[in-house]
Amino acid sequence: MQVPARFAYERADSVPHALQLLERYGPEARVVAGGHSLIPMMKLRLAQPEALIDINGLTELGQITVEGEELVIGALVRHAELLAHTIATDLFPIFRDAERVIADPIVRNRGTVGGSLCQADPSEDLSAVFSALRATAVIQAGGAPSRKVPIRAFHHGPYETAVEPGELLVQLRVPIRTGTGSAYEKVERRVGDWPVAAAGAVLRVVDGVIEQAGIGLTAVGAEHFCSPEAERYLEGRQPGEEAFAQAGRIAAEHCEPHADQRGPADYKRHLAAELTRRALAAAAERI
Amino acid sequence: MSYGRMHRKEDARFIRGRGTYTDDVRLPGMLYGAILRSPHAHARIVSVDASAAEAHPKVRAVITGQTLAGLGLAWMPTLSQDIQAVLATDKVRFQGQEVAFVVAEDAYSARDALELIDVEYEPLDAVVDARTALDQDAPVIRDDLEGRTDNHLFDWEAGDRARTDAIFERAEVKVAQDMLYPRVHPAPLETCGAVADFDKVTGKLTVWCPTQAPHAHRTLYAMVAGLPEHKIRVISPDIGGGFGGKVGIYPGYVCAIVGSIVTGRPVKWMEDRSENLMSTSFARDYHMRGEIAATRDGKIQAIRVKVLADHGAFNGTAQPTKFPAGFFHVFSGSYDVEAAHCEVTGVYTNKAPGGVAYACSFRVTEAVYLVERMVDVLAAELGTDPAELRLRNLLRPEQFPYHSPTGWEYDSGDYPRALRLALDMAGYDKLRAEQADRRARGELMGIGISFFTEAVGAGPRKHMDILGLGMADGAELRVHPTGKAVLRVSCQSQGQGHETTFAQIVGHELGIPADDVEVVHGDTDQTPFGLGTYGSRSTPVSGAAAAIVSRKVRDRARIVAAAMLEASPDDLEWSDGTWSVVGDPASGKSLAEIALAAHSNLELPDGVEGHLDAVTVYNPPNLTYPFGAYICVVDVDPGTGQVRVRRFVAVDDCGVRINPMIVEGQIHGGLADGVGMALMQVMAFDEDGNHLGASFMDYLLPTSMECPSWELGETVTPSPAHPIGAKGVGESATVGSPAAVVNAVVDALAPYGVRHADMPLTPANVWRVVNGDPFRTDLAIS
Amino acid sequence: MRITVSVNGQPYTRDVEPRLLLVHFLRDELGLTGTHWGCDTSNCGVCTVRLDGVPVKSCTVLAVMADGHEVTTVEGLERDGELDVVQKGFVECHGLQCGFCTPGMLLTARWLLERDPDPDEGTIREAISGQLCRCTGYENIVRSIRWAAEAQAQAQPQPQSQAQAHAPTDAEARQ
Repeated sequence: MQVPARFAYERADSVPHALQLLERYGPEARVVAGGHSLIPMMKLRLAQPEALIDINGLTELGQITVEGEELVIGALVRHAELLAHTIATDLFPIFRDAERVIADPIVRNRGTVGGSLCQADPSEDLSAVFSALRATAVIQAGGAPSRKVPIRAFHHGPYETAVEPGELLVQLRVPIRTGTGSAYEKVERRVGDWPVAAAGAVLRVVDGVIEQAGIGLTAVGAEHFCSPEAERYLEGRQPGEEAFAQAGRIAAEHCEPHADQRGPADYKRHLAAELTRRALAAAAERI
Repeated sequence: MSYGRMHRKEDARFIRGRGTYTDDVRLPGMLYGAILRSPHAHARIVSVDASAAEAHPKVRAVITGQTLAGLGLAWMPTLSQDIQAVLATDKVRFQGQEVAFVVAEDAYSARDALELIDVEYEPLDAVVDARTALDQDAPVIRDDLEGRTDNHLFDWEAGDRARTDAIFERAEVKVAQDMLYPRVHPAPLETCGAVADFDKVTGKLTVWCPTQAPHAHRTLYAMVAGLPEHKIRVISPDIGGGFGGKVGIYPGYVCAIVGSIVTGRPVKWMEDRSENLMSTSFARDYHMRGEIAATRDGKIQAIRVKVLADHGAFNGTAQPTKFPAGFFHVFSGSYDVEAAHCEVTGVYTNKAPGGVAYACSFRVTEAVYLVERMVDVLAAELGTDPAELRLRNLLRPEQFPYHSPTGWEYDSGDYPRALRLALDMAGYDKLRAEQADRRARGELMGIGISFFTEAVGAGPRKHMDILGLGMADGAELRVHPTGKAVLRVSCQSQGQGHETTFAQIVGHELGIPADDVEVVHGDTDQTPFGLGTYGSRSTPVSGAAAAIVSRKVRDRARIVAAAMLEASPDDLEWSDGTWSVVGDPASGKSLAEIALAAHSNLELPDGVEGHLDAVTVYNPPNLTYPFGAYICVVDVDPGTGQVRVRRFVAVDDCGVRINPMIVEGQIHGGLADGVGMALMQVMAFDEDGNHLGASFMDYLLPTSMECPSWELGETVTPSPAHPIGAKGVGESATVGSPAAVVNAVVDALAPYGVRHADMPLTPANVWRVVNGDPFRTDLAIS
Repeated sequence: MRITVSVNGQPYTRDVEPRLLLVHFLRDELGLTGTHWGCDTSNCGVCTVRLDGVPVKSCTVLAVMADGHEVTTVEGLERDGELDVVQKGFVECHGLQCGFCTPGMLLTARWLLERDPDPDEGTIREAISGQLCRCTGYENIVRSIRWAAEAQAQAQPQPQSQAQAHAPTDAEARQ
């Protein structure tokens, strides 16, 4: 069986403690929570961190709450917890759609929301979901006030995020606005597989007109996992099949999918259009 | 009386986590091995420097190709008259090939030490696509073989070429179709591995290993390593699935043995999942062109096939010696045709060796897929319903025993009855009506039929051997004084439930409860010789041996009972599990009573020395030919290409069913395999020969969500060639189901003019097929 | 590193390397070989155990992460010589063949029945969708779990309040 190389291990008992440990061990330390992205990489020895800082004990990061006009999701919330959280999934059915198709029920028991985002895999579903929702990431550094980063500035590229060495992602904050519907559509080769492509949609309709649209795209090479061009096209228009189809076409034009064994680029581009259209239609139904 | 549904005896340990699989074996002083593998598909080895690994404080030995060469063990014979490198000396010939073996105090350290071995490679161009393997400028893979100047492995043909060609010449209708049965892997959930323990004092080597053929392994170790065979004991403990992938001997097994001999301590080696997928037995990889000649009214007259067979870097197929393409020449299938002919060309490529694995019945899988796809292609050409076309051409009951145009003698069958039952169960006419409605609404629904004839239970020893070992199986039956029995057989369960089924066979023959029969298997020191469990041969061969050895015991019991009853054996009859004087059932003596007498001071007549024990060797007179009719219903999302299997109806006829519960379980598993192969399983390679399916993230197996609730039906046509009329069923569903799924998807896509699509039918593949631009599913998608 | 893990109700203290995987801790340190491993990548689920009651894939959990926590393995299902109802169900409905995936399936089944005592076929299929079985085509595993649900209901009728108190399942969450 594949096994990781040696590393030092520290268990954090609070956020400040975690930050202290990160500072002590420096840039070769990695934070571990669910570990379902990191540990397989370590077993393949593609990742060989010198130290792991285990944050599983930080219960303060495991909460889902509503604070004012925001849904606040702790970085340590497990996928299964978000899926089962009816307040979150009633407010944003896109969470229910996406979480049901992320990995499998057993992995979802362990994997965390923050871990998924920080892994920043281009095929990771929640990046697109939060991008569609225009969430804000809250990042904590040692001895400094936390900083807020719009999710669309969070991802710096494949496997790269705004979280610097010595920092910890602590929360995702999602603005709650009335008149909003959301949905996520994914094509996978098999249940539990990474997406061939996926699209999330968030629509806010005021007086029969789309006031704001959020379109998240997964695994199709969309910058920041979103499609501002398609969003701009929709805003100010009436929701409808034709507008959604056109938004899908625009989203597809602006992404840059790469071929892999999940599918050729033209197919993924096609899916970007088709799934965007479907997600928009489903989101509109849910307003 | 012991046939029927019965809970499995083996479940008691498995549900408690008390099975003993190879990795559960732990011996005092045991060391752990790990294999360094080639990152290249084709490269010359310039140097191997293991000094840093040897200096690791926990490392006890590093074995390289050079070490083995010194022992004369760098190469080993394959099961197909080729040789295979145990550890590479000159070149590596596939990605994942074994290069060095580390033995350390613990498994983690062994893994660490692999990183300390420095191998310098000189990369060579790789032969990845079998279709280019015979090109003039293709690199020669097997330059280790004297005089080898190309990658050609063999040409083989079967059937009557002249007669077949003549029919094609004048046929009213001809169809042809190229198709690929891609490289797949059986991927049992337990990987391969071994624990080797060489005792220097006694000279005895014990190897625990999940082998489907323990006796064959023992004999081959003796032949390869020159160890005396009576000093080798192979123990196959519980096996976590085999499916054909655990028949052969892998380099890791030899390394573990050498490691134990070198260190004087037991050595365990377990491969990880990537190693399993990259280096152990693949299956299929047949590039086929099928042709059918028919009359305009749909009578199939002849079938012609050309195959390009990708055998990888070493010819390691495990199949009867005379048949380099296995039983592929059963490709005329279930149909009454005048003539048939196939030619198969085998080639070397820079991929792992293997080729016959994964519940394929020695390539009946490829044969059934070919003919069942071709029948649908013909149906499309003629505009005939595929069920109707099959009913018109299926062999009729009165044609059995049927001599096929490629030399098989099918034992028994009523094919139309099985197909009609499947059509009834599926509600075929209603499904077609629903399909028409849906098509009118732009929805894609498909109905696929597959009818298969299997050829299992290898086999008659004059035709069938593996490396000269005839495919007959022994059985020994002991009856203890109190009438409890122990059956010893050579075959080895990987989940098939032999401990239950074989006890039921003995119980049925002897009139005792199956619970009173212990089945011993998987230990060469405790069981008679036989060729093992694969090719659905356990019930057809070892099961027959179990029945016959039971009858021998019964015959001995008759003589003893006659002495007990002071009657002539000729005056006794066997009924209700007792021997009694004809016409006097009250005189009946049960096996327990007779067994006690046979061990007692009773004066025994001639013909019985004492006891009731018996031995036998069963040499099957013919194969058995299970068959079945499968119907699959799918829905395809036209916007995404996603396929959902909505229903699957499977009617199987495997002759007499000993334990229907177990039979149904075997079929369920095979159907899931068919869905997996049809929709997702594939091992593709990029142009450099990199394996693109080397983990379960990339080599996809079906989950509970892709599988429908299977709908099973049965007919029973006993095999006249088998002592209890059973035919074997382990691979039927794997053989028969892929074509049904593919036929259903192609049927769904008929509105687009689609007549064929290669497996696996992933969403991307389906979408490209619909758009008239299919890609090669066995290569990197670009 | 010194850790204490409660396994099947019994505390075990061992010195382990931080990199030791939980599956190896159970198998190699404690000799509880009922937990298997099959894929390295948390795809196959044969290594599933319960950590503080929740099924996890123990090939992707470090043993040190279980320090101070409770682990249940297949060996902990049988109580006082009495098989758990899910174990009985798998025997009754032929829910296993080679037995390799069985321990993980049993633990997930037990968890499911605690959350949803009356799961339908779809709920059962979804619950086990992260665990591969190569032998059964899943049919009889689904039937086994269904059998266990019915047997459990007959053995101890659920009081109404308790039935309502169970945590929402995935199937309910999507309604």
